[in-house]
This record gives sequence, structure tokens and C-alpha cells, in this order.
Amino acid sequence: MPGDSTLVNINGKAQEDYTYDAIVVGSGISGGWAAKELTEKGLKVLMLERGRDFEHIKDYKGANKHPWEFLHRGTATEQHKKDYPVISRGWALNEAVMDYWTNEQDCPYTEVKPFTWWRSYQMGGRSVLWGRQSYRLSDLDFEANVRDGHGIDWPIRYKDIAPWYDHVERFAGISGSKEGLPHLPDGQFLPPMDLNCVEKDVAQRIKEKFGSNRHLIIGRVANLTAPIPGRTQCQFRNRCWEGCPFGGYFSTQSSTLPAARKTGNLTVRPFSIVTKLLYDKNSKKANGVEVLDAENNKTYNYKAKIVFLCASALNSAWVLFNSATDIWPGGLGSSSGELGHNVMDHHYNLGAVGKVEGYEDRYYTGRRANGFYIPRFVNINGDKRKYLRGFGYQGAASRTGWSRDVAELSVGAELKEALTEPGHWTIGATGFGEVLPYHENRIFLDTSRKDKWGLPVLAMDAELKENEMAMREDIKQEMVNMLEAAGVKDINTYDRGHAMGHGIHEMGTARMGNDPKTSVLNKWNQVWDAQNVFVTDGACMTSSACQNPSLTYMALTARAAEHAVDELKKGNI
Amino acid sequence: MKRRQAVSTLALIFGGTMVGSNLFLTGCKTEEKKTGLTDFSADEVALLDEVAETIIPTTSTPGAKAAKVGAFMKIMVTDCYEEKNQKVFVDGIAALQAASEKQFGKDFMNIDAAQRKELLTALDKEQREYQKSKKPEDPNHYFKMMKDLTLQGYFTSEVGATQALRYVPVPGKYEGCIPYNKGDKAWAT
Repeated sequence: MPGDSTLVNINGKAQEDYTYDAIVVGSGISGGWAAKELTEKGLKVLMLERGRDFEHIKDYKGANKHPWEFLHRGTATEQHKKDYPVISRGWALNEAVMDYWTNEQDCPYTEVKPFTWWRSYQMGGRSVLWGRQSYRLSDLDFEANVRDGHGIDWPIRYKDIAPWYDHVERFAGISGSKEGLPHLPDGQFLPPMDLNCVEKDVAQRIKEKFGSNRHLIIGRVANLTAPIPGRTQCQFRNRCWEGCPFGGYFSTQSSTLPAARKTGNLTVRPFSIVTKLLYDKNSKKANGVEVLDAENNKTYNYKAKIVFLCASALNSAWVLFNSATDIWPGGLGSSSGELGHNVMDHHYNLGAVGKVEGYEDRYYTGRRANGFYIPRFVNINGDKRKYLRGFGYQGAASRTGWSRDVAELSVGAELKEALTEPGHWTIGATGFGEVLPYHENRIFLDTSRKDKWGLPVLAMDAELKENEMAMREDIKQEMVNMLEAAGVKDINTYDRGHAMGHGIHEMGTARMGNDPKTSVLNKWNQVWDAQNVFVTDGACMTSSACQNPSLTYMALTARAAEHAVDELKKGNI
Repeated sequence: MKRRQAVSTLALIFGGTMVGSNLFLTGCKTEEKKTGLTDFSADEVALLDEVAETIIPTTSTPGAKAAKVGAFMKIMVTDCYEEKNQKVFVDGIAALQAASEKQFGKDFMNIDAAQRKELLTALDKEQREYQKSKKPEDPNHYFKMMKDLTLQGYFTSEVGATQALRYVPVPGKYEGCIPYNKGDKAWAT
């Protein structure tokens, strides 16, 4: 295997060399955490990544380039658009990161209904590209399903996960402000970043108008505002997604992978597509995984006592669909009838923007890799809407730059001089709304269509429904209400539409629950039908809440890892 | 402006680097590109340089020609424009020359700086009118393309970013509320 000294040498080894204590499928946020926690507890771990190796700092090829060193100054080319039709639907088409996205020709999928699937098949997965916003869920979220009857009850409550939020926040490094909001619990924060003058003013005016019901706070973000051993604090370049040469934000590469490697217990194998879990019907456990080497097309079996499936919400379901089909035609976990169902996301792509008058004598310095957050304020504290659940907003205020239109100037020195100075202030925010768990929103195997390796692809059949559409209208209107209250002018709403998946927060395909008849996983993320298999990525989510979910995946993964090791020690799995 | 702001808000939220290119990030459909349409000659690149220099002239800081904006336009139109927009741009070069001939009896390279500014000011007015009335799916006016590419090419270039604007590759900190005095340059990124 190229690129990594800890990789296994496959040729001519006996079966015992393929045997580990634990196998982690996937190297993104959840897989990285699983590898770290399990290796630190002394387990010999094999981490499998289906894509290429992607080394911290060394492989962030553009991250230290100046803007003018990009041939197209960041603009994607027509060829990029042709090669990445799915990524082209969103805002992430940028020449600096195009090759971080998955090759869409090699890895197609079927859209029964429009579904935007943002994938990054390489070491670290989407932890390199992620938006880093990190919020806790609360009992408002964990009790949501049982309260209004949609979906099934979460098998855990906030008290079960709170210590694990503490645990992962301390290690990952989350900057943020303590606000004392019960439905957006405070955490173990590094110092908060600054709101700028306009944001502070708008925050104050919102407070004056709406009292204690609405809050505009600085985003809670996995960027270091103080150094953590082995990592440098955020340098405010705001180029995170190219990979940070300073390790200024949490990614597998900057954080969990070095920690796991330090134990000496980790083996990493890139180009390893896990095609199925090896299920033993006598022990009712998985005893390993089958791997298709993406480079040489050969198949290998790896054995382990436990498996952590962290391949991303949709791909973890794909692996389960393909596993133990001799017992359950629908795959491991399908006995509940829920595997692949209840696909959720956060719907967004809409909000409002406006012009802020004044503050011409105020500016900022540095590029803050963060914005403000307005936590949910609907359907709580006595507020009642015609739809269920809620939404939050993420946004920012800033001064316009050279790309603004100067209506009164056409060409020449006056235009140039005007554009060398900052323009007026603007403020805008985007809503992130909860999607209910609908059984009929599902993914399944499309056996009629194959990927580059001859493997059946996923088909997506999921959509927003009435509740989400009603919420979307309110998301726009409430942002207008708040901007108006803050004295913002020229307010415009926008709604660029939302296909499922576009929020990059896909979840729910193997949900946790209290009952094996209605859920795929138990309260410890164990597959009911194979209790040494743990699914701890977005697949496990029983409801979506409206907060960015990655921090919750981290906490659930660490929690499940401790449980797995305890159960191993007790001989229960 | 709405879409531009929406896109830049999203990019800001998600930590995307914009490198000032948010004008051009979205909205183009993929189409097959015919090669050769944009094989601009050295003369044509020189003409584009002069057009750009008229839009962003040398003042106390270098202008668009020093930033090689003509060559930048060639790269962008070749690689990042779909064919129907390439055609508008290519035809636009001829239209610009024709406008110069009509008004001054000479091509653009042979009129003086004041005449160039007069001509492009008129073309800018023309493009603004056109942009207001055109259908969303119609291509932009050729002079809007030239002007947008000039601004992008200049302000994201080394001379534009470091001399006309202020460029700090590694700020090291963020301060959200500092004094701004009229005349202070905007941040390049």
C-alpha cells in the first residue's frame, strides 16, 4: 500500500495477521473518534478507508498558496462542472478543493427523488471539509419524537450524553460562549470568537424587541481559540476546508488520527471498500468484514471481535444492506423494517439579507472562520407554530468588497479608488430546519446499477414534506422580522430550494431505539441483530433536531466505544 | 446582489474561501465546449489588457495591465465559460472594435485614453440597460463580462491584492470592531 508506514502488508500472511480486536469502517469524524477511543483503551484497531490516503499538512496542496496562485482564482472550470454535477448544485464548487470531492463518475447513485449527496472518499472523510459548527442537542430534541408522535422515542436523554459532550469538546476544542440556554446547553468551551460591531448591535436590538426568547450569539465552532497540545490555534485565515497547515480546526488528521497513532495500536488501510460484514449465525455476531481493494480489485477478509461502522449515514446503511443477506434478505438490521428508512437532513438554502446603515467608521481585522448563531425560538417556551419542531440561523455581518456594484461609477480611476475601500455593511442569515423522520423517506440498493467496482449503488427516495415546507416560509419571515427590528434596510429573502442531502447532514438510516421491532440500534448504538456491531455515524440518529450534528456523532461514538470495551471485558460480546 | 450575498453568506458559514470569486461561482450550466473559439491572439490579449487598463487604470497603484488581466480573461473565458458565453465574449471583442470605429474612426488600440474611457463608459451604460431587461437565462452583455473579469482578475492578482488592497495571508487573530478611517484600504481576502 502506498503512502503509509503503518499499513498492513497483505501478501503471504497467515489469517492471524488479518485479525484485530476492532475494525473501524470509515475515517471521518465518527471513524476517527472510534479509532482514537478504542486504541487508547488498548485495543488493536484496523481502520478502513475506502479512498486514498490524505496526509495532514503534506497533502493540503493549495492551503499555503496565495489567491493569485490559483489559475482561475478559485473559480471552478467548465470541466469541473462536468466532472462534478452533484457538487455543482451547491456552493462548494471551488478549484481549491475539487479533488477532495468524490469522483462522481466512479461512484454514481440513483435519484428516485432529487438528492444531493456530498461525498469525500479519502482519509479523514468530510472532517477536512466540514463546516465545524458544533452544538449540543438537549432534551427538547431527545424528547421531541415521543412528545409529538413522529418517529420513535430516542433511547437516551441528555443526561446520558452530557458527559460525552464534555469529553469530546475538551479534546476537539470547541470555541464558544456560555449562554445558559437550556435547549442549547453550554459546553467545555475555548474562548469565544468576537461578534463584530454590527452583529453586536443587531444582537442587542433583537434582545430589546424579543426579550429573552431570541438570542444572537457567536457560533460554536471547532476552531481553536487557544492552543491544544500538538495543534496551533486558529490563525483566522478562513481557508479551513483546504486543510489547515496549523491544525487550527478539528479534523481526523489534525486530532483523532495522531492520537490513535500515538498508542501504537492503530493500523490504517486506505483503498479499502468494505463490501459486507461477515456475519456468524451461530454466535449471532459479526466476526469481521470483507474488503474489496479499490486499487487491485482483490477481496480480503479481516477479522475482529467488534466492528464500528462509521462509513457515513448512507454508506453505513449500504454496508448493512449487503450483510447477512442469507439470514435477512434486506440485510443486517433489516429485521426491524427500518433499515434505510427515516432518512433525514437539515433543510436550508434560504434566509434573508439586508443592508446596514452606518458603522462606516468601523471595520474588522482577520478572517473569522465562523459566524453568528440564532438558536431555535419556535415551538418552545409557550411559542406555538402551525408546524412542528424548529430551526436555527447561521449568518454574519460584513462590509462589502470589490465585487459590489457601484451604480454611480462606470470605469476608470474613480471606480478603482472606490473599490479599494470597503463598502457598506450587510448582514444575512441562513436557516437550518429540522426534518421529521418519515418512514417513507428511504434509501435502498439499486441492483440494476453498478459503480466502478461492480457494486450495486444506492437509490435515494426522500423529500421534504408539508411540515418542512411550512417551516421554510416561517424561516424567511422570521429573519425578516428580526432584521426589521434591528433597523436593517433593503431586506431581501432568498430561497434557493432544497433537495434532501443538500444540508450535508444526512442521517437516520439505522436509527437507535428501545425496541428491536422499530429500530436498528439499541441505546448503545449496537445493532440489535449483531451486538458486536456499533453504528455511530449519522445513521444512528432517531430525530434530526436542527443543530449541526457532528458533535453529537463524536459524543455517541466515544460513549459507544467505552461501552464496547466494557462489554468485551465482561465477555458479553 | 441577492444571490451573491446568499452565496457568500453560505461560504462564510461553512468556511469556504471565496478569494473574491463569488460573482462567478454559480449559475452556469454544463455544456460541451468547442475548442478554438477562445484561441485569442497576442493582439487580442493586448487589446483586452487595454480594455482592462481603461476600467482599472494605473493611479498611485499599478493598473490592470500590470496585473496581466488580458491573459487572465483568456484563461477564464476558455476554461470557465460555457460555449454560448464564450461566443458572446468573442463577438464582443468585434463589437467593441466596431463601436470604436464608429465613434472615432479608429480601432480601440489607436484611440487615446480619454476616448477609451468615453467609449467604455458608454458601453457600461449600455450593458447596465441590457442587464436590466434581459431574461435570466440569456447570457450577460459582453461588456459586463469584460468588466467583471477585470475586477476579479485585478483585485485577486498580486498587485491588486497587495497594493490596491491590503493582503494579510496569516492574520493570526480576529478583531470584530476596529476603527476605520476614510482612505484605509479594504482587505483583499
